[in-house]
Amino acid sequence: MPQGLTLWLVILVAGVGTFVLRLSFIVLLEKIKEPEAMRRSLKYVPPAVMAALVASSILVNDNQLFVSLDNHRLTAALIAGLVGWRTKSLLWTILTGLIALFALTSL
Amino acid sequence: MSAVAQNSWQGVKAVSPLLPGIFPFGVIAGASAVELGLPTMQALGLSLFVFAGASQLVLVEMWDRQAPALILLATVLVVNLRFTMYSAALAPHFRGMSSRWKSVLAYLLTDQAYLLSIGRYEDKVQGTKWFYMGVALTLWIVWQAGTATGVFLGNTLPDSWSLDFAVPLSFLALLIPSLNSRGALIAAVTAGTLVLLTRLMPFNLGLIAATLAGVAAGMLTERRS
Repeated sequence: MPQGLTLWLVILVAGVGTFVLRLSFIVLLEKIKEPEAMRRSLKYVPPAVMAALVASSILVNDNQLFVSLDNHRLTAALIAGLVGWRTKSLLWTILTGLIALFALTSL
Repeated sequence: MSAVAQNSWQGVKAVSPLLPGIFPFGVIAGASAVELGLPTMQALGLSLFVFAGASQLVLVEMWDRQAPALILLATVLVVNLRFTMYSAALAPHFRGMSSRWKSVLAYLLTDQAYLLSIGRYEDKVQGTKWFYMGVALTLWIVWQAGTATGVFLGNTLPDSWSLDFAVPLSFLALLIPSLNSRGALIAAVTAGTLVLLTRLMPFNLGLIAATLAGVAAGMLTERRS
């Protein structure tokens, strides 16, 4: 299959799958009440998945652990994390990280 | 003003402080998609069909790394699993509506639409869908405008800005507010550590394994305390 077509297929399936996840309980809970255990487990998905994504993209480089002062992305992420924690702002977290990395790599 | 207009307007007003953050995030998502090799139409289609920032970035990143399609899709859906939680929380407020309305409300569901609406609905047996619509549709318009801007400006942005770093940064920005309990913190630390130990597992399966372990650790922490 040509690349462009495969990509369209991937996007469509991802879109339909995401829509089904969004619609899931809006439809399922029309008549019944949600099981407690399910809701309890789902609330830990966001912190777990986001932490895993952050750790793997910042601390791993070519399948090697990269924890060192030379890892500018790590330093920039720590600065951005601090700003994000203080400001609770998506925008400021991203901007600070980008500016910090730009400054660190230009030094 | 009619009740519909009034509630919609309340939603638009509630979401407006977030828009200066959503638009550039959209620009970055659109630019990353093009920079990592998505053609223009697919980059725009991605925003339209998936309409979920973090997972769009995951899809683009894994496509660039040539991950197998099934693994890529599984990862995207794991990232979006949180929507089922929002869906369950909002379901009581959307009870009794037509399938068509439920589809529209579900398509527009985002972290911010959920957070703002749940805050507003708190004490009510059933909140108005128009407040949610005001929030969610505004976010949709701004997100589409942002990603389209990024898609068309993408290639013109200089490499030294390291805009691809915006991808992990956006995950970091979403991670921070989710650390709202001891269980959530343990879930994050567990998943973040395990993903490093499982980094040699093929096709990002380590990410799914680490996430599931993190969720289990969070639940165990909650049960203990």
